[in-house]
Amino acid sequence: MKRAVTISVNGVSHATGVEPRTLLVHFLREHLNLTGTHVGCDTSNCGACTVWLDGMAVKSCTVLAVQADGSEVTTIEGVSANGELHPMQRAFHETHGLQCGYCTPGMVMAAIKLLEANPDPSDAEIRRGLEGNLCRCTGYENIVAAVRAAASGVTV
Amino acid sequence: MIPQAFEYEQPSSVADAIAMLGKHGGEARVLAGGHSLLPMMKLRLAAPDALIDIGRIASLRGITDTPDAITIGALTTHAEVAGAEVIASGCPILAETAAGIGDLQVRNRGTIGGSIANADPHGDLPAVLLALDGEATAEGPNGRRTIAAADLFVDYLQTSLSPDEILTEVRVPKASNSAYVKFNRRAQDWAIVGAAAVVHGSSARIALTGVGSKPVRAAAVEAAFDGSNTAEAAGHAADGLDAPSDTAASGEYRAHLARVLVRRALEAAMAR
Repeated sequence: MKRAVTISVNGVSHATGVEPRTLLVHFLREHLNLTGTHVGCDTSNCGACTVWLDGMAVKSCTVLAVQADGSEVTTIEGVSANGELHPMQRAFHETHGLQCGYCTPGMVMAAIKLLEANPDPSDAEIRRGLEGNLCRCTGYENIVAAVRAAASGVTV
Repeated sequence: MIPQAFEYEQPSSVADAIAMLGKHGGEARVLAGGHSLLPMMKLRLAAPDALIDIGRIASLRGITDTPDAITIGALTTHAEVAGAEVIASGCPILAETAAGIGDLQVRNRGTIGGSIANADPHGDLPAVLLALDGEATAEGPNGRRTIAAADLFVDYLQTSLSPDEILTEVRVPKASNSAYVKFNRRAQDWAIVGAAAVVHGSSARIALTGVGSKPVRAAAVEAAFDGSNTAEAAGHAADGLDAPSDTAASGEYRAHLARVLVRRALEAAMAR
């Protein structure tokens, strides 16, 4: 039986019905066609599905859509404004912080929150802050460089 | 992966939640942060008929400081525990343990009550609660009761909570000389072994994660400890232990880790 929910996503309120077992990531991807949020491992490890739920980074494969009823969700589609990349997105682009790009939306969502909590992190703090996001291409070096670049405001 | 269909209940009070648990007669599970239960449901290792989502019960959140102890509502997240000044100063073992659980995203959702009620022997908090001699409060149809950590953890993923009871809060005595040290091989992984040490002068309470089907006290270390002989006492950490072998480590290696980590935990606790 479907349950009524009202979830604001990237500033747009969506009042709809969902099956209780619908995961937030599937609500975003399949009900709203916001496919920037990826499903990687589907076991709460890889972080490709990271979104902000009421301002906090969470793994949307491990949240039920009904748990997000009344909440505000921000996805990767919601971090840029007026067609301009968010500085973190630009830093990933300019420092080659991605190869295949699959993990990138989750990386960016987690990294923005990392800098909100700690605007000038050390490399070790960046690595620890992104523990919840796995990348199988880059070896993380350029991801750390991207976050460092975004923190310093310096882009190439 | 999508969980098997279930009935979803959203109580607004603990009393409502208890009534809903009773209505489903043991076939319902309590949903808090969902970071143990939902993954198990997605893998179909758990398929409850109903979920009682206690996430909106405001009375289950928050941290209360008293002169000798700290009381933490069951829904308080690991991130909130890790960030609370009163816990960092009054019970540093708990703050550092919460800060090391899973990863940032997991700590934003996972709760102290959920971790303890789930009683995973590889989870960090059960051993820490046991070393602290903490206690949990449970509420059920017959009222409220307090359960000492020593009586709470029964076996693998099993506590002494009855199916119609809800863990509502956790109480830990203040313990400034306390530390938790764990070992794992990969980021965000479960502890292969963890050691919790709470030192009061010349005595210590030690508990271990990952060496059995529930957290265990290292009684031989406690008996040998005299307030300064950390290395000698820690050498007894595996006495009487029958640590399991699995894909993460052999029992022998776990015994070695127990001795090393207990020493480090004792040293860290005494240095605070």
